[in-house]
Amino acid sequence: MNTSTSNTSLNMLPPGHLGMISVIVTEVFFFASLIVVYLAYLGKSISGPMPSDTLELGLVSFNTIALLASSATIVLALKALRTGNNVRFLTWLLCTIALGAWFLIGTGIEWKGLIVDDHLRLQTNLFGTTFYTLVGFHAFHVTFGVFALFVIWCLGLKGCIKQKHHQNIEYVSWYWHFVDTVWIAVFLVVYVIGR
Amino acid sequence: MTREAYNPLSSKFHDWVVTVDHKKLGVMYIVTGILYLIVAGSEALMMRWQLAIPNNDILSPDTFNAFFTMHGTTMIFLVGMPILLGAANYFIPLMIGARDMAFPRLNAFGFWLFFFGALLLYFSFLGGQGLSGEEGAPNVGWFAYAPLTSTTFSPGSATDYWVISLFVAGLGSIMTAINLVTTILTMRCDGMTLMKMPLFAWMMLVDAALILIVLPPLAVIQIMLLLDRQFGAHFFDAQAGADPLIWQHLFWFFGHPEVYILIIPGFAYISEVIPVFSRKVLFGYPLMVAATVSIGFISLGVWAHHMFAVGLSPAVLAYFSGATFLVGVPTGMKIFNWIATMWGGHIRFATPMLFATGFVSMFVLGGLTGIMLAVVPMDWQLSDTYFVVGHFHWVLFGGLLFAIFSGFFYWFPKVTGRLLNETLGKWQFWFLFVGFLVTFGPMHMAGFEGMPRRIYTFMPGRGLELWNMLSSIGAAIQVVGFILFVINVFWSLRKGKIAGDDPWDAWTLEWSTTSPPPPWNFAETPQIASRRPLWDLKHPDDPDWKYE
Repeated sequence: MNTSTSNTSLNMLPPGHLGMISVIVTEVFFFASLIVVYLAYLGKSISGPMPSDTLELGLVSFNTIALLASSATIVLALKALRTGNNVRFLTWLLCTIALGAWFLIGTGIEWKGLIVDDHLRLQTNLFGTTFYTLVGFHAFHVTFGVFALFVIWCLGLKGCIKQKHHQNIEYVSWYWHFVDTVWIAVFLVVYVIGR
Repeated sequence: MTREAYNPLSSKFHDWVVTVDHKKLGVMYIVTGILYLIVAGSEALMMRWQLAIPNNDILSPDTFNAFFTMHGTTMIFLVGMPILLGAANYFIPLMIGARDMAFPRLNAFGFWLFFFGALLLYFSFLGGQGLSGEEGAPNVGWFAYAPLTSTTFSPGSATDYWVISLFVAGLGSIMTAINLVTTILTMRCDGMTLMKMPLFAWMMLVDAALILIVLPPLAVIQIMLLLDRQFGAHFFDAQAGADPLIWQHLFWFFGHPEVYILIIPGFAYISEVIPVFSRKVLFGYPLMVAATVSIGFISLGVWAHHMFAVGLSPAVLAYFSGATFLVGVPTGMKIFNWIATMWGGHIRFATPMLFATGFVSMFVLGGLTGIMLAVVPMDWQLSDTYFVVGHFHWVLFGGLLFAIFSGFFYWFPKVTGRLLNETLGKWQFWFLFVGFLVTFGPMHMAGFEGMPRRIYTFMPGRGLELWNMLSSIGAAIQVVGFILFVINVFWSLRKGKIAGDDPWDAWTLEWSTTSPPPPWNFAETPQIASRRPLWDLKHPDDPDWKYE
């Protein structure tokens, strides 16, 4: 075929970039729908308990700090991997996993308080229904992220993660940053606007 | 082969089950889609039989409810979606000069999710009774409005089957969409800039992007409905303060773009067929790209025109009515571009072109009744009548299905190596075309007379007998067309004319490889310099790249 005038190289992005961006776009619309429903039902609950009676900022603020910090530690982990410092990579990765686990345990403690002390369940009222669904789906995504990072950490311990895998691990980190960003939105909607 | 004897049949079966090849997956998608087309068509035929005369009792009211629900759900999710995803799967890598899709294993996973999701929907006929023994298949309509779907009004498991099967199939569609976006944006061959892609690729890019945006909201409301039904949540429970209209808003935020997700691939097939059979370059390529992208955007902002009758505020009504009119602008551009492509061309009326012209003319009419329904007072009068049924069948049958047949006749030789029979194809077209007009034309009249949709029978003496009888006769005429199609496919697979690489003297890359293409698609990675690489190859004295 004639190539004399073809505009040779296109400098296209690697497929992984586009694949991951597409996943995140579709996830954005998933959470956007959940958040829209939460906002639409804000204050519509006919019976108590209401958000103002039950939700407290103390514990959840600690959780939020942990989750946001984990975004920083995963950046440090990737930086270490890029420079080939495996020990430092595994350490920062473990920190990330620990912070993610902290968030999950903190959410568990909060939910236990809500269920046992405040008698707020999914079935109790519209607030319970929307609250557990929105926060629960986010926590589910965090759980998945922690699991994925843990698998990488185990592989790293066995020496299977090399510098050349940097790009692939970075895709996981994109997911992790996305989950953190969603939490900022959920936190604002549920604990700031909705309380 | 060590211990077991070599069995050609089981090994062939094994090949298809474990394949990650985009062409085999594409064929499996399309074959599955056509099988479900026959199933959903039979359901429609039963409904037309029931409605042929007043007070008929072929179908019980419950069965009728299940049939219109299954007909709609099947046609959209198990016929339209797999055929369009299958065609994209098969032809996108070939058209952009790639070896396969970007993520072949994800591709196979997406197909099997769809496949088993679809089986689950039809398993509801057996398993839908649940513990209460109330009912079989889902019977809440394809858009399953709340609160009809609550356990109070829909006991049993039928609705849960509807939710879970579509959720699973939808997950498969999202995965394929991720694959399509990535493939189109990163796997193009040397020289193929975005504005040198076949229009097919552009349209499927917009289509896949729409899938990524609107399928998640559907998944969310399905999860909410499942939580309501199975775990006692209150998402659609008005007694707990919830608003059942939330379902309608989110469903149509998915549902309206969904009809564009179905029709844009139709545009894509037509945009490849019309230039080749008019022997001209597609008129206004950049405008077509712009129109497709803007249709994608506009489709995200018009959903509430499905809800004019629920009591929205005047401002909201005015906005959604206006936005809906706006859809007509880019769509009109496309129609004019197709006509301008045909204008002055050497038109060959082979079967693909017959169906393509059928598409253009019928889609214009279907679009016009759509504009009528965008007028709020008109919609108030016609909402949920047979006029609406006539309108969307005009778009999806006269539009999408004709486009699918156009593409099927056009690309069948590429996929199988043999041409479909032209004589049978033309007979099929005329039976379908006439049958289509006779079926769906009178539905508009029945709608004007006030016949509601989704009703299992009607009274005599209210001016509805003639229109319903005509619709049923039309359905019978269509059956002949569909039977001719099935005969044609089986006959041509064995005895059809050998196609060769390029039977239509076409211009896009898929015709540069053998028919059927080898597993590796191209012996050498193609390089292109214009939108019509094969034209350049055939006419080195006057290549396209000089003008583009």
